Amino acid sequence: MLALIAYAALLVFFIGFTWRILTYWRSPAPLKIPTTPAPTSTGGVVWRLFTEVAFFNSLFKGNKWTWAGGYLFHAALAVVLIRHLRYFVDSLPPFFAYIQIAGIIAGLIMVKALGFLLIRRLWVARTRAISSLADYLILALLLAIGLSGLLMKFVFRPDIVEIKTAMINWVTFQEVTTPGDALFLLHFVLVLLLMAIFPFSKLMHMGGLFFSPTRNQVDNPRERKHVNPWANKAVE
Amino acid sequence: MADIAVPEVKKDIETPLPQEGTMAHLQPFPAAEQHMKPLNFPPTRVENWQQKGVEKLGEMLKKYRSLQVFMDICVKCGSCTDKCHYFLGTGDPNNMPVQRAELLRSVYRRYFTPAGKLFPKVVNAVDLDEDTLKKWFTYFHQCSQCRRCSVFCPYGIDTAEISMAAREIMDSIGVGHKYTTEIIGKVHSIGNNLGIPQPALKGTLQFLEEDMLDNTGHEVRLPLDQEGAEVLLVPPSADFFSEPHIQSLMGYAKVFHQAGISFTVSSYGSEAANFGMFIGSYDQKQKIAKRIADQARELKVKRIVVGECGHAWRVAYSFWNTLNGPFDFLDPRYPVPQHVCEFTYDLYKQGALVFDKEANDAHTITFHDSCNVARASRMGSSCGGQFEIPRALIKATANKFVDMDPDTTHEKTFCCGGGGGLLTDELMDLRVRGALPRITALKRVMDEKGVNYLALICAICKAQFNKILPMYGIPMDMVGGVHALVSNAIQLGAKKGIV
Repeated sequence: MLALIAYAALLVFFIGFTWRILTYWRSPAPLKIPTTPAPTSTGGVVWRLFTEVAFFNSLFKGNKWTWAGGYLFHAALAVVLIRHLRYFVDSLPPFFAYIQIAGIIAGLIMVKALGFLLIRRLWVARTRAISSLADYLILALLLAIGLSGLLMKFVFRPDIVEIKTAMINWVTFQEVTTPGDALFLLHFVLVLLLMAIFPFSKLMHMGGLFFSPTRNQVDNPRERKHVNPWANKAVE
Repeated sequence: MADIAVPEVKKDIETPLPQEGTMAHLQPFPAAEQHMKPLNFPPTRVENWQQKGVEKLGEMLKKYRSLQVFMDICVKCGSCTDKCHYFLGTGDPNNMPVQRAELLRSVYRRYFTPAGKLFPKVVNAVDLDEDTLKKWFTYFHQCSQCRRCSVFCPYGIDTAEISMAAREIMDSIGVGHKYTTEIIGKVHSIGNNLGIPQPALKGTLQFLEEDMLDNTGHEVRLPLDQEGAEVLLVPPSADFFSEPHIQSLMGYAKVFHQAGISFTVSSYGSEAANFGMFIGSYDQKQKIAKRIADQARELKVKRIVVGECGHAWRVAYSFWNTLNGPFDFLDPRYPVPQHVCEFTYDLYKQGALVFDKEANDAHTITFHDSCNVARASRMGSSCGGQFEIPRALIKATANKFVDMDPDTTHEKTFCCGGGGGLLTDELMDLRVRGALPRITALKRVMDEKGVNYLALICAICKAQFNKILPMYGIPMDMVGGVHALVSNAIQLGAKKGIV
């Protein structure tokens, strides 16, 4: 049963994410609107997007505290995700052993960064004023996922062999025996929930950033005519 | 306007605490039937406006990737919350860019997202009702589309795009803004925003020619509708009639005269401004811009040079080619269009112009980067030329130049407070408060560096500062164009021309 729900959640994630990305992809960009100064070549645009994704460049300009919290959270999340491969792949290359410790530290950092972002959202009058229930719920969901994970690592250690067997069977489409550990089940179900709401929430910033015309356009309107696909052929 | 409270200018720009509703009272005058009809908008609010408005939003989501992406991906990180001059000046939370966008986003969620349809309370989704429409009309006319927020947004979300979209939706259901629609009507019927008819324009130009002859002893010309001229000059129409704009117009004329390049102004295309952008209408933008392309063909010019006007330069630089290009009938050796600062500085570098810097020794100058030039276009061939070229030109014409606080210049420049179609008297309260960040930075260089000249390259900035500075106790004669400095310093006569 759990395996089926999990497949369903993943399906919602992949189909939903693809649907959003296709929507962005298909929507036309009628005019040149890069926020200038902007790169004058495609290579420059690739670099601009890279710095946004890798360093959160614009956010760094905007607010150092938010940048610090946001950056730590995202970087830590990336390491945590890599560490989680060990639960889904039977035999990993030996160097993965070194990632384990980094992953555990990252888990601690991730939860602390989330806590900081939550406190900041509540503390600063401006961010408090712009936050809706959904903004808090997403933070709470991520925090619950992180905390349940850390609890399994440090306090209530579940039968990891049982869980790993279940997970590998799950990703290889074999029969899954649902693990009995309650904390694990909570952790897993919350992740499934996150996946399922992803395409319908602000988490789509992950894919959407690459489609933002103010960031992904080349500043060359005089040199090359940018064609608006839905323009009237001639205005009389 | 006696009730307008001018905020106190502090040493530094301070971020206020959000205070609900401080600007909820301030709306622009609505457009009347005679303003809406010529633009093919419904003359009054349509009967089923809620349904029509939602349909229009759906249509625009399919036409504008910016709108579609920006509706979805804001994470409400708060980076933009202290960046808008109108928030800094008013403290109204709806003037925080994210919250302004939320006014449209909440309607988008309600009608176009599963979450908003199922759990409107949780995700903040609202119906397009009377209350929402009132907020739209209020706060989407408290955005000057300056794009400062988009610089600091991790995803480049540009509130200008969102406020343009909201204004277009409102126009489509017959809820228009008088100032912008009335002006667009004048452009179509007369040829320029100020409504100056051809004979009056001719008279003015002749008067200015005589004035320059008296002052310089040189026959500097300002030709009108002259076929076969090398360059079509397209200034904002304020350059013909308003102070201090007119000083820049004489500056342009002297540059052409000294370089020996023939030029003409077109009476039908006597306006660089394009308020089609402010109301977000692609059709209007295209029609207004087309006048210039048509005039360039008709007058058989080889180049087009645009005068000192911020949003006009954005439309010209970024959109003309898309709207009415290609301009393959013009001289391919020059970019189309050229900004007059580019044009003049280029001639100076080639040695065609000589400046006497001492002519501007009475001035200690600072430069205000106009938002649409700084963040929505470029000059010259390299990234950032829109910052370097005007400054280089000022330094070529004057000895004393000082920049303001770097957090308020270049891409981080603050709007003058009057852009985006808000340069109208009924919004004076907003204009005064929105100017506060810029005034704060200006006052600091005035006090610490003795600045007494604010150099501008935008007709709206000039008009706005002219009106607002005196309210802050700053003399209005410190406002001037970059080409007014050129006009003072240019040496006419000897060693004339490059061609």
